[in-house]
Amino acid sequence: MSALLEIEDLRVEFRLDTGTVTAVDGVSLHVGEGETLAVVGESGSGKTATALSVLRLNPEPPCVYAGGRIRLDGRDVLGMSAAQLRRVRGNEVAMVFQDPMTSLNPLKRVGAQIAEVVRRHQGAGRAQAREAALAALGEAGIPDPRRRAGQYPHQLSGGLRQRVMIAMALVGRPRVLIADEPTTALDVTVQAQILDLLVDLQRRHGMAIVLITHDLGVVAEVADRVVVMRHGRIVETGDVLDVFERPGQDYTRELLRATPRLERA
Amino acid sequence: MTAVPATPAPARAARAGALRAVLRNKLALVAISVLAVMVVLAVFAPLIAPYDPAAQDLLVRLRPPAWAAGGDAAHPLGTDQLGRDILSRLIHGARVSLLVGAAAALLAGVIGAIVGLVAGFVGGWPDRVLMRLADVQLAFPSILLALAIVGFLGSGLWYVIGVLGFTGWVSYARVVRSEVLSLRTREFVTEARAIGVGDVTIMRRHLLPNVMAPLATVGTLHVAAAIVAEASLSYLGLGVPKQTVTWGGMLSDGQLYLGTAWWVAVFPGLALMITALSVNITGDVLRDVADPKAYRS
Repeated sequence: MSALLEIEDLRVEFRLDTGTVTAVDGVSLHVGEGETLAVVGESGSGKTATALSVLRLNPEPPCVYAGGRIRLDGRDVLGMSAAQLRRVRGNEVAMVFQDPMTSLNPLKRVGAQIAEVVRRHQGAGRAQAREAALAALGEAGIPDPRRRAGQYPHQLSGGLRQRVMIAMALVGRPRVLIADEPTTALDVTVQAQILDLLVDLQRRHGMAIVLITHDLGVVAEVADRVVVMRHGRIVETGDVLDVFERPGQDYTRELLRATPRLERA
Repeated sequence: MTAVPATPAPARAARAGALRAVLRNKLALVAISVLAVMVVLAVFAPLIAPYDPAAQDLLVRLRPPAWAAGGDAAHPLGTDQLGRDILSRLIHGARVSLLVGAAAALLAGVIGAIVGLVAGFVGGWPDRVLMRLADVQLAFPSILLALAIVGFLGSGLWYVIGVLGFTGWVSYARVVRSEVLSLRTREFVTEARAIGVGDVTIMRRHLLPNVMAPLATVGTLHVAAAIVAEASLSYLGLGVPKQTVTWGGMLSDGQLYLGTAWWVAVFPGLALMITALSVNITGDVLRDVADPKAYRS
Protein backbone atom coordinates (compact mmCIF):
# COMPACT_ATOMS: atom_id res chain seq x y z
CA MET A 1 0.00 0.00 0.00
CA SER A 2 1.63 3.22 -1.13
CA ALA A 3 1.13 6.29 1.03
CA LEU A 4 -1.36 8.74 -0.42
CA LEU A 5 -0.80 11.31 2.26
CA GLU A 6 2.54 11.53 3.97
CA ILE A 7 3.56 13.90 6.74
CA GLU A 8 7.23 14.00 7.53
CA ASP A 9 8.78 15.62 10.58
CA LEU A 10 6.16 18.42 10.59
CA ARG A 11 6.73 21.38 12.87
CA VAL A 12 3.94 23.92 13.33
CA GLU A 13 4.47 27.00 15.45
CA PHE A 14 2.08 29.69 16.55
CA ARG A 15 4.00 32.95 16.97
CA LEU A 16 1.91 34.96 19.38
CA ASP A 17 2.66 38.27 21.02
CA THR A 18 3.23 36.41 24.26
CA GLY A 19 5.71 33.96 22.76
CA THR A 20 5.99 31.01 20.40
CA VAL A 21 3.90 27.91 20.96
CA THR A 22 5.02 24.76 19.17
CA ALA A 23 1.74 23.00 18.51
CA VAL A 24 3.16 20.24 16.33
CA ASP A 25 6.71 19.13 17.02
CA GLY A 26 8.26 16.66 14.58
CA VAL A 27 5.21 14.63 13.65
CA SER A 28 5.45 11.99 10.91
CA LEU A 29 2.58 9.87 9.71
CA HIS A 30 1.17 8.40 6.53
CA VAL A 31 -2.07 6.96 5.28
CA GLY A 32 -2.80 4.95 2.15
CA GLU A 33 -5.79 4.38 -0.08
CA GLY A 34 -8.65 2.62 1.68
CA GLU A 35 -6.90 2.88 5.01
CA THR A 36 -8.09 4.51 8.21
CA LEU A 37 -5.57 6.15 10.47
CA ALA A 38 -6.69 7.33 13.87
CA VAL A 39 -4.92 10.19 15.59
CA VAL A 40 -5.69 10.20 19.30
CA GLY A 41 -4.62 12.39 22.16
CA GLU A 42 -5.93 14.76 24.78
CA SER A 43 -7.04 18.33 24.07
CA GLY A 44 -4.08 20.46 23.10
CA SER A 45 -1.99 17.51 21.98
CA GLY A 46 -1.70 18.96 18.47
CA LYS A 47 -4.01 16.58 16.66
CA THR A 48 -6.24 19.28 15.18
CA ALA A 49 -3.30 21.53 14.29
CA THR A 50 -1.78 18.57 12.44
CA ALA A 51 -5.04 17.89 10.61
CA LEU A 52 -5.54 21.53 9.60
CA SER A 53 -1.96 21.66 8.35
CA VAL A 54 -2.73 19.13 5.62
CA LEU A 55 -4.86 21.77 3.88
CA ARG A 56 -2.89 24.67 5.34
CA LEU A 57 -6.00 25.85 7.16
CA ASN A 58 -4.29 27.03 10.32
CA PRO A 59 -4.66 30.82 10.48
CA GLU A 60 -1.49 32.43 9.09
CA PRO A 61 -0.40 34.54 10.92
CA PRO A 62 0.08 33.57 13.76
CA CYS A 63 0.71 30.05 12.44
CA VAL A 64 4.05 29.28 10.80
CA TYR A 65 4.98 25.95 9.20
CA ALA A 66 8.46 25.88 10.61
CA GLY A 67 9.68 22.59 9.25
CA GLY A 68 8.94 19.26 7.65
CA ARG A 69 7.00 18.21 4.59
CA ILE A 70 3.46 17.25 3.73
CA ARG A 71 3.13 15.19 0.56
CA LEU A 72 -0.13 14.49 -1.15
CA ASP A 73 0.37 11.84 -3.79
CA GLY A 74 3.98 12.96 -4.03
CA ARG A 75 3.26 16.71 -4.29
CA ASP A 76 4.48 19.11 -1.65
CA VAL A 77 1.45 20.78 0.00
CA LEU A 78 3.42 23.33 2.01
CA GLY A 79 5.02 24.65 -1.19
CA MET A 80 1.76 25.08 -3.09
CA SER A 81 0.46 28.44 -4.31
CA ALA A 82 -2.90 29.70 -3.06
CA ALA A 83 -4.55 28.71 -6.36
CA GLN A 84 -3.09 25.20 -6.30
CA LEU A 85 -4.20 24.85 -2.72
CA ARG A 86 -7.77 25.83 -3.57
CA ARG A 87 -7.87 23.07 -6.18
CA VAL A 88 -6.81 20.51 -3.58
CA ARG A 89 -9.19 21.70 -0.88
CA GLY A 90 -12.56 19.98 -0.99
CA ASN A 91 -11.54 18.16 -4.14
CA GLU A 92 -8.66 15.83 -3.37
CA VAL A 93 -8.70 16.31 0.38
CA ALA A 94 -11.92 17.03 2.26
CA MET A 95 -12.58 17.74 5.91
CA VAL A 96 -15.38 17.10 8.33
CA PHE A 97 -15.31 19.30 11.40
CA GLN A 98 -16.21 18.66 14.98
CA ASP A 99 -19.18 20.91 15.49
CA PRO A 100 -21.91 20.58 12.88
CA MET A 101 -23.77 23.41 14.63
CA THR A 102 -21.29 26.05 13.52
CA SER A 103 -19.73 24.50 10.42
CA LEU A 104 -22.56 25.41 8.10
CA ASN A 105 -23.34 28.92 6.94
CA PRO A 106 -26.53 29.79 8.85
CA LEU A 107 -27.93 31.89 6.00
CA LYS A 108 -27.64 29.45 3.11
CA ARG A 109 -29.75 26.41 2.31
CA VAL A 110 -27.81 23.22 2.87
CA GLY A 111 -28.37 22.02 -0.69
CA ALA A 112 -26.78 25.19 -2.05
CA GLN A 113 -23.80 24.79 0.26
CA ILE A 114 -23.13 21.30 -1.07
CA ALA A 115 -23.73 22.37 -4.66
CA GLU A 116 -21.11 25.09 -4.20
CA VAL A 117 -18.41 22.41 -3.89
CA VAL A 118 -19.49 20.74 -7.12
CA ARG A 119 -19.69 23.98 -9.05
CA ARG A 120 -16.33 25.09 -7.76
CA HIS A 121 -14.37 21.97 -8.55
CA GLN A 122 -16.17 20.27 -11.38
CA GLY A 123 -17.34 23.38 -13.20
CA ALA A 124 -20.85 21.96 -13.19
CA GLY A 125 -23.91 24.04 -14.03
CA ARG A 126 -26.61 24.88 -11.52
CA ALA A 127 -28.96 22.01 -12.32
CA GLN A 128 -26.16 19.49 -12.50
CA ALA A 129 -24.64 20.67 -9.20
CA ARG A 130 -28.05 20.47 -7.62
CA GLU A 131 -28.55 16.87 -8.74
CA ALA A 132 -25.08 15.99 -7.40
CA ALA A 133 -25.94 17.62 -4.07
CA LEU A 134 -29.18 15.65 -3.80
CA ALA A 135 -27.35 12.43 -4.61
CA ALA A 136 -24.71 13.22 -1.99
CA LEU A 137 -27.37 13.91 0.63
CA GLY A 138 -29.00 10.59 -0.17
CA GLU A 139 -25.68 8.81 0.01
CA ALA A 140 -25.03 10.37 3.41
CA GLY A 141 -28.20 8.66 4.60
CA ILE A 142 -30.45 11.70 4.75
CA PRO A 143 -34.09 10.75 4.21
CA ASP A 144 -36.07 12.90 1.79
CA PRO A 145 -33.03 14.77 0.38
CA ARG A 146 -35.17 16.94 -1.86
CA ARG A 147 -36.94 18.53 1.10
CA ARG A 148 -33.81 18.72 3.26
CA ALA A 149 -31.76 20.43 0.55
CA GLY A 150 -34.15 23.39 0.66
CA GLN A 151 -33.79 23.86 4.41
CA TYR A 152 -31.49 26.02 6.46
CA PRO A 153 -28.99 24.56 8.97
CA HIS A 154 -31.00 25.63 12.02
CA GLN A 155 -33.89 23.47 10.83
CA LEU A 156 -31.82 20.28 11.02
CA SER A 157 -30.85 18.18 14.03
CA GLY A 158 -27.19 17.73 14.98
CA GLY A 159 -27.03 14.27 13.44
CA LEU A 160 -28.55 15.47 10.19
CA ARG A 161 -26.21 18.41 10.07
CA GLN A 162 -23.20 16.16 10.48
CA ARG A 163 -24.55 14.05 7.63
CA VAL A 164 -24.81 17.23 5.56
CA MET A 165 -21.17 17.96 6.41
CA ILE A 166 -20.22 14.46 5.30
CA ALA A 167 -22.23 14.87 2.10
CA MET A 168 -20.41 18.15 1.49
CA ALA A 169 -17.05 16.50 2.12
CA LEU A 170 -17.74 13.53 -0.11
CA VAL A 171 -19.55 15.16 -3.02
CA GLY A 172 -16.18 16.08 -4.56
CA ARG A 173 -15.07 12.41 -4.33
CA PRO A 174 -11.94 13.21 -2.30
CA ARG A 175 -9.10 10.72 -2.09
CA VAL A 176 -8.37 11.71 1.49
CA LEU A 177 -10.99 12.52 4.13
CA ILE A 178 -9.88 14.21 7.33
CA ALA A 179 -12.48 13.92 10.04
CA ASP A 180 -11.75 16.09 13.08
CA GLU A 181 -13.73 14.63 15.96
CA PRO A 182 -16.72 14.04 13.70
CA THR A 183 -18.83 12.48 16.43
CA THR A 184 -17.85 14.39 19.55
CA ALA A 185 -20.77 16.81 19.44
CA LEU A 186 -23.35 14.09 18.82
CA ASP A 187 -25.14 11.75 21.18
CA VAL A 188 -24.09 8.12 21.37
CA THR A 189 -26.59 6.44 19.06
CA VAL A 190 -26.05 9.06 16.39
CA GLN A 191 -22.27 8.66 16.84
CA ALA A 192 -22.51 4.99 15.91
CA GLN A 193 -24.61 5.77 12.83
CA ILE A 194 -22.16 8.39 11.61
CA LEU A 195 -19.19 6.04 12.08
CA ASP A 196 -20.98 3.27 10.21
CA LEU A 197 -21.69 5.72 7.43
CA LEU A 198 -18.03 6.74 7.18
CA VAL A 199 -16.87 3.12 7.10
CA ASP A 200 -19.46 2.26 4.49
CA LEU A 201 -18.56 5.19 2.25
CA GLN A 202 -14.89 4.38 2.56
CA ARG A 203 -15.53 0.82 1.46
CA ARG A 204 -17.40 2.05 -1.58
CA HIS A 205 -15.02 4.78 -2.67
CA GLY A 206 -11.72 3.50 -1.35
CA MET A 207 -10.62 6.79 0.16
CA ALA A 208 -8.08 7.25 2.90
CA ILE A 209 -9.44 8.51 6.23
CA VAL A 210 -7.58 10.38 8.92
CA LEU A 211 -9.78 10.26 11.98
CA ILE A 212 -8.95 12.68 14.75
CA THR A 213 -10.51 11.71 18.06
CA HIS A 214 -10.03 11.39 21.76
CA ASP A 215 -12.44 8.51 21.96
CA LEU A 216 -10.55 5.21 21.99
CA GLY A 217 -13.79 3.29 21.61
CA VAL A 218 -14.20 4.91 18.22
CA VAL A 219 -10.63 4.05 17.30
CA ALA A 220 -11.09 0.37 18.09
CA GLU A 221 -14.21 0.29 15.98
CA VAL A 222 -13.02 1.80 12.73
CA ALA A 223 -9.26 2.41 12.53
CA ASP A 224 -6.55 0.24 10.98
CA ARG A 225 -3.63 2.03 12.54
CA VAL A 226 -3.35 4.53 15.36
CA VAL A 227 -1.05 7.42 16.23
CA VAL A 228 -1.01 8.58 19.83
CA MET A 229 -0.06 12.24 20.31
CA ARG A 230 0.84 14.27 23.34
CA HIS A 231 2.30 17.77 23.66
CA GLY A 232 2.66 18.01 19.87
CA ARG A 233 4.70 14.84 19.59
CA ILE A 234 3.91 11.28 18.62
CA VAL A 235 4.36 9.03 21.62
CA GLU A 236 3.30 5.79 20.03
CA THR A 237 2.17 4.46 16.69
CA GLY A 238 1.22 1.10 15.23
CA ASP A 239 -1.53 -1.32 14.37
CA VAL A 240 -4.69 -0.68 16.39
CA LEU A 241 -4.79 -4.21 17.79
CA ASP A 242 -1.10 -4.19 18.71
CA VAL A 243 -1.28 -0.84 20.43
CA PHE A 244 -4.44 -1.70 22.29
CA GLU A 245 -3.20 -5.10 23.42
CA ARG A 246 0.41 -4.23 24.13
CA PRO A 247 0.65 -0.47 24.70
CA GLY A 248 4.34 0.37 24.70
CA GLN A 249 4.02 3.66 26.56
CA ASP A 250 2.70 4.55 29.99
CA TYR A 251 0.69 7.38 28.44
CA THR A 252 -1.13 5.03 26.06
CA ARG A 253 -1.85 2.66 28.92
CA GLU A 254 -3.30 5.53 30.91
CA LEU A 255 -5.45 6.60 27.99
CA LEU A 256 -6.74 3.06 27.60
CA ARG A 257 -7.46 2.79 31.28
CA ALA A 258 -9.41 6.05 31.08
CA THR A 259 -11.85 4.49 28.62
CA PRO A 260 -14.97 3.29 30.41
CA ARG A 261 -15.78 -0.42 30.00
CA LEU A 262 -18.87 -2.42 30.64
CA GLU A 263 -17.27 -5.37 32.45
CA ARG A 264 -16.31 -5.14 36.10
CA ALA A 265 -12.72 -4.29 36.82
CA MET B 1 -34.32 23.95 -8.89
CA THR B 2 -37.99 23.35 -9.56
CA ALA B 3 -39.02 20.71 -7.08
CA VAL B 4 -38.08 22.69 -4.01
CA PRO B 5 -40.63 25.05 -2.46
CA ALA B 6 -39.59 28.68 -2.68
CA THR B 7 -39.54 29.23 1.07
CA PRO B 8 -39.40 26.45 3.64
CA ALA B 9 -42.24 26.66 6.13
CA PRO B 10 -40.25 27.53 9.28
CA ALA B 11 -38.44 30.34 7.49
CA ARG B 12 -41.78 31.68 6.43
CA ALA B 13 -42.97 31.48 10.03
CA ALA B 14 -39.88 33.38 11.16
CA ARG B 15 -40.57 36.10 8.66
CA ALA B 16 -44.21 36.26 9.72
CA GLY B 17 -42.97 36.61 13.30
CA ALA B 18 -40.85 39.57 12.27
CA LEU B 19 -43.82 41.17 10.56
CA ARG B 20 -45.98 40.65 13.65
CA ALA B 21 -43.31 42.23 15.81
CA VAL B 22 -43.43 45.33 13.62
CA LEU B 23 -47.22 45.47 13.60
CA ARG B 24 -47.39 45.14 17.40
CA ASN B 25 -45.23 48.20 17.77
CA LYS B 26 -47.61 51.14 17.16
CA LEU B 27 -44.83 53.70 17.11
CA ALA B 28 -42.95 51.73 14.48
CA LEU B 29 -46.07 51.47 12.39
CA VAL B 30 -46.54 55.25 12.52
CA ALA B 31 -42.89 55.90 11.65
CA ILE B 32 -42.92 53.52 8.71
CA SER B 33 -46.21 54.97 7.43
CA VAL B 34 -44.82 58.50 7.66
CA LEU B 35 -41.79 57.42 5.64
CA ALA B 36 -43.97 55.70 3.07
CA VAL B 37 -46.04 58.86 2.65
CA MET B 38 -42.85 60.94 2.33
CA VAL B 39 -41.53 58.65 -0.38
CA VAL B 40 -44.80 58.80 -2.31
CA LEU B 41 -44.87 62.60 -2.00
CA ALA B 42 -41.30 62.86 -3.18
CA VAL B 43 -41.73 60.53 -6.13
CA PHE B 44 -44.96 62.11 -7.36
CA ALA B 45 -44.21 65.67 -6.23
CA PRO B 46 -45.12 67.42 -9.51
CA LEU B 47 -48.48 65.63 -9.57
CA ILE B 48 -49.34 66.18 -5.93
CA ALA B 49 -48.08 69.68 -5.21
CA PRO B 50 -50.86 72.25 -5.74
CA TYR B 51 -48.48 74.88 -7.17
CA ASP B 52 -45.21 75.13 -9.01
CA PRO B 53 -42.73 75.47 -6.11
CA ALA B 54 -40.91 78.28 -7.92
CA ALA B 55 -44.00 80.22 -8.96
CA GLN B 56 -43.96 83.62 -7.31
CA ASP B 57 -47.03 85.68 -6.55
CA LEU B 58 -46.05 88.88 -4.81
CA LEU B 59 -49.68 89.81 -4.20
CA VAL B 60 -50.01 87.00 -1.64
CA ARG B 61 -46.52 87.18 -0.09
CA LEU B 62 -46.09 86.07 3.53
CA ARG B 63 -49.65 84.82 3.75
CA PRO B 64 -50.12 82.88 7.06
CA PRO B 65 -51.39 79.27 7.17
CA ALA B 66 -55.06 78.66 6.38
CA TRP B 67 -56.19 78.33 9.99
CA ALA B 68 -54.49 81.50 11.23
CA ALA B 69 -56.00 84.98 11.03
CA GLY B 70 -55.61 86.33 7.50
CA GLY B 71 -54.98 82.84 6.16
CA ASP B 72 -56.19 81.65 2.80
CA ALA B 73 -57.46 78.13 2.02
CA ALA B 74 -55.66 78.34 -1.34
CA HIS B 75 -52.32 78.17 0.52
CA PRO B 76 -52.88 75.71 3.43
CA LEU B 77 -49.44 76.27 4.97
CA GLY B 78 -49.11 79.85 3.87
CA THR B 79 -46.63 81.49 1.49
CA ASP B 80 -43.07 82.77 1.80
CA GLN B 81 -41.58 86.19 1.17
CA LEU B 82 -41.94 85.80 -2.59
CA GLY B 83 -45.46 84.47 -2.43
CA ARG B 84 -44.42 80.86 -3.15
CA ASP B 85 -46.68 78.13 -1.76
CA ILE B 86 -44.98 76.55 1.27
CA LEU B 87 -46.81 73.21 1.03
CA SER B 88 -45.70 72.79 -2.59
CA ARG B 89 -42.15 73.69 -1.67
CA LEU B 90 -42.16 71.19 1.21
CA ILE B 91 -43.37 68.42 -1.09
CA HIS B 92 -40.70 69.20 -3.66
CA GLY B 93 -38.06 69.60 -0.96
CA ALA B 94 -38.74 66.03 0.19
CA ARG B 95 -37.20 64.82 -3.08
CA VAL B 96 -33.79 66.27 -2.33
CA SER B 97 -33.85 65.30 1.34
CA LEU B 98 -34.79 61.69 0.74
CA LEU B 99 -32.52 61.29 -2.27
CA VAL B 100 -29.53 62.72 -0.44
CA GLY B 101 -30.27 60.66 2.68
CA ALA B 102 -30.66 57.38 0.84
CA ALA B 103 -27.85 57.87 -1.66
CA ALA B 104 -25.34 59.12 0.91
CA ALA B 105 -26.15 56.21 3.24
CA LEU B 106 -25.81 53.75 0.36
CA LEU B 107 -22.47 55.17 -0.76
CA ALA B 108 -21.11 55.25 2.78
CA GLY B 109 -22.47 51.74 3.37
CA VAL B 110 -20.71 50.31 0.33
CA ILE B 111 -17.39 51.93 1.25
CA GLY B 112 -17.74 51.01 4.92
CA ALA B 113 -18.70 47.41 4.20
CA ILE B 114 -15.71 46.87 1.93
CA VAL B 115 -13.31 48.49 4.38
CA GLY B 116 -14.79 46.58 7.32
CA LEU B 117 -14.71 43.23 5.52
CA VAL B 118 -11.11 43.64 4.44
CA ALA B 119 -9.94 44.96 7.81
CA GLY B 120 -11.73 42.28 9.78
CA PHE B 121 -11.01 39.31 7.54
CA VAL B 122 -7.50 40.01 6.32
CA GLY B 123 -6.24 41.50 9.60
CA GLY B 124 -2.56 42.34 10.01
CA TRP B 125 -1.24 45.57 8.55
CA PRO B 126 -4.20 46.27 6.22
CA ASP B 127 -6.41 46.21 9.29
CA ARG B 128 -4.15 48.61 11.18
CA VAL B 129 -3.87 51.02 8.26
CA LEU B 130 -7.62 51.06 7.55
CA MET B 131 -8.58 51.50 11.18
CA ARG B 132 -6.10 54.35 11.68
CA LEU B 133 -7.63 55.97 8.59
CA ALA B 134 -11.01 55.56 10.24
CA ASP B 135 -9.72 57.23 13.39
CA VAL B 136 -8.40 60.15 11.36
CA GLN B 137 -11.69 60.46 9.54
CA LEU B 138 -13.56 60.40 12.83
CA ALA B 139 -11.31 63.00 14.42
CA PHE B 140 -11.93 65.34 11.50
CA PRO B 141 -15.18 67.28 11.90
CA SER B 142 -17.11 65.96 8.93
CA ILE B 143 -19.29 69.04 8.45
CA LEU B 144 -16.11 71.12 8.18
CA LEU B 145 -14.68 68.68 5.67
CA ALA B 146 -17.94 68.84 3.74
CA LEU B 147 -17.75 72.64 3.78
CA ALA B 148 -14.19 72.56 2.49
CA ILE B 149 -14.94 70.13 -0.31
CA VAL B 150 -18.12 71.85 -1.43
CA GLY B 151 -16.26 75.16 -1.22
CA PHE B 152 -13.58 73.83 -3.57
CA LEU B 153 -15.63 71.79 -6.01
CA GLY B 154 -18.71 73.96 -6.00
CA SER B 155 -22.16 73.05 -4.85
CA GLY B 156 -24.47 70.55 -6.45
CA LEU B 157 -26.68 67.66 -5.51
CA TRP B 158 -24.14 64.97 -6.44
CA TYR B 159 -21.30 66.75 -4.66
CA VAL B 160 -23.36 66.84 -1.49
CA ILE B 161 -24.16 63.14 -1.79
CA GLY B 162 -20.51 62.35 -2.47
CA VAL B 163 -19.26 64.39 0.45
CA LEU B 164 -21.73 62.94 2.93
CA GLY B 165 -21.04 59.44 1.60
CA PHE B 166 -17.28 59.70 1.81
CA THR B 167 -17.35 61.19 5.30
CA GLY B 168 -19.84 58.70 6.74
CA TRP B 169 -18.23 55.33 6.09
CA VAL B 170 -16.45 55.00 9.44
CA SER B 171 -19.31 53.73 11.58
CA TYR B 172 -20.21 51.12 8.95
CA ALA B 173 -16.60 49.96 8.73
CA ARG B 174 -16.30 49.62 12.49
CA VAL B 175 -19.52 47.65 12.89
CA VAL B 176 -18.73 45.34 9.97
CA ARG B 177 -15.17 44.80 11.16
CA SER B 178 -16.18 43.80 14.67
CA GLU B 179 -18.84 41.43 13.31
CA VAL B 180 -16.35 39.89 10.91
CA LEU B 181 -13.80 39.43 13.68
CA SER B 182 -16.21 37.15 15.48
CA LEU B 183 -17.52 35.50 12.30
CA ARG B 184 -14.16 34.60 10.80
CA THR B 185 -13.30 32.22 13.63
CA ARG B 186 -16.60 30.40 13.18
CA GLU B 187 -16.20 26.97 11.69
CA PHE B 188 -18.31 27.61 8.63
CA VAL B 189 -15.69 30.05 7.40
CA THR B 190 -12.93 27.47 7.92
CA GLU B 191 -15.24 24.98 6.24
CA ALA B 192 -15.63 27.29 3.25
CA ARG B 193 -11.85 27.50 2.99
CA ALA B 194 -11.63 23.72 3.37
CA ILE B 195 -13.77 23.22 0.28
CA GLY B 196 -11.50 25.52 -1.69
CA VAL B 197 -13.35 28.84 -1.61
CA GLY B 198 -11.11 31.89 -2.16
CA ASP B 199 -10.87 34.83 0.23
CA VAL B 200 -12.82 37.29 -1.91
CA THR B 201 -15.66 34.84 -2.38
CA ILE B 202 -15.71 34.08 1.34
CA MET B 203 -16.07 37.78 2.10
CA ARG B 204 -18.76 38.29 -0.53
CA ARG B 205 -20.84 35.15 -0.16
CA HIS B 206 -20.28 33.99 3.40
CA LEU B 207 -19.43 37.03 5.50
CA LEU B 208 -21.37 39.86 3.82
CA PRO B 209 -24.81 38.19 4.15
CA ASN B 210 -24.09 37.61 7.82
CA VAL B 211 -23.36 41.30 8.49
CA MET B 212 -26.29 42.70 6.51
CA ALA B 213 -28.54 43.15 9.55
CA PRO B 214 -26.22 45.42 11.56
CA LEU B 215 -25.22 47.13 8.31
CA ALA B 216 -28.84 48.00 7.58
CA THR B 217 -29.31 49.35 11.08
CA VAL B 218 -26.33 51.66 10.85
CA GLY B 219 -27.62 52.61 7.41
CA THR B 220 -30.99 53.89 8.58
CA LEU B 221 -29.40 55.95 11.33
CA HIS B 222 -27.07 57.42 8.74
CA VAL B 223 -29.98 58.27 6.43
CA ALA B 224 -31.38 60.52 9.16
CA ALA B 225 -27.98 62.07 9.84
CA ALA B 226 -27.41 62.70 6.12
CA ILE B 227 -30.81 64.37 5.72
CA VAL B 228 -30.00 66.76 8.56
CA ALA B 229 -26.47 67.31 7.24
CA GLU B 230 -27.78 68.17 3.77
CA ALA B 231 -30.20 70.66 5.33
CA SER B 232 -27.32 72.18 7.30
CA LEU B 233 -25.22 72.56 4.17
CA SER B 234 -28.14 74.04 2.23
CA TYR B 235 -28.88 76.35 5.15
CA LEU B 236 -25.31 77.59 4.95
CA GLY B 237 -25.76 78.06 1.23
CA LEU B 238 -23.17 75.37 0.43
CA GLY B 239 -25.50 72.55 -0.44
CA VAL B 240 -27.68 72.28 -3.44
CA PRO B 241 -27.96 75.35 -5.75
CA LYS B 242 -30.48 77.94 -4.65
CA GLN B 243 -32.97 77.27 -7.43
CA THR B 244 -33.49 73.67 -6.21
CA VAL B 245 -36.00 73.55 -3.40
CA THR B 246 -34.58 72.04 -0.21
CA TRP B 247 -35.78 72.06 3.36
CA GLY B 248 -32.45 73.47 4.51
CA GLY B 249 -32.71 76.29 1.98
CA MET B 250 -36.27 77.05 3.10
CA LEU B 251 -35.10 77.24 6.72
CA SER B 252 -32.39 79.62 5.69
CA ASP B 253 -34.88 81.83 3.84
CA GLY B 254 -37.33 81.74 6.71
CA GLN B 255 -35.06 82.74 9.54
CA LEU B 256 -35.20 86.39 8.50
CA TYR B 257 -38.95 86.37 9.03
CA LEU B 258 -39.11 84.33 12.22
CA GLY B 259 -40.43 87.31 14.17
CA THR B 260 -43.11 88.27 11.69
CA ALA B 261 -43.92 85.15 9.67
CA TRP B 262 -42.98 82.05 11.69
CA TRP B 263 -44.50 79.62 9.22
CA VAL B 264 -41.85 80.14 6.59
CA ALA B 265 -39.17 78.51 8.77
CA VAL B 266 -41.20 76.34 11.13
CA PHE B 267 -42.80 74.04 8.54
CA PRO B 268 -39.59 72.94 6.83
CA GLY B 269 -38.07 72.49 10.29
CA LEU B 270 -40.96 70.27 11.34
CA ALA B 271 -40.75 68.28 8.11
CA LEU B 272 -37.04 67.73 8.73
CA MET B 273 -37.59 66.67 12.31
CA ILE B 274 -40.47 64.29 11.56
CA THR B 275 -38.55 62.64 8.73
CA ALA B 276 -35.35 62.19 10.70
CA LEU B 277 -37.30 60.88 13.70
CA SER B 278 -39.24 58.41 11.54
CA VAL B 279 -36.07 57.11 9.95
CA ASN B 280 -34.45 56.68 13.34
CA ILE B 281 -37.41 54.80 14.80
CA THR B 282 -37.54 52.59 11.73
CA GLY B 283 -33.85 51.87 12.24
CA ASP B 284 -34.47 50.83 15.83
CA VAL B 285 -37.28 48.52 14.79
CA LEU B 286 -35.14 47.07 12.05
CA ARG B 287 -32.44 46.28 14.59
CA ASP B 288 -34.91 44.52 16.88
CA VAL B 289 -36.42 42.53 14.05
CA ALA B 290 -33.03 41.59 12.65
CA ASP B 291 -32.23 39.87 15.95
CA PRO B 292 -34.19 36.60 15.83
CA LYS B 293 -33.95 36.14 19.59
CA ALA B 294 -35.99 39.29 20.13
CA TYR B 295 -39.27 37.85 18.88
CA ARG B 296 -38.86 34.08 18.97
CA SER B 297 -40.07 32.72 22.25
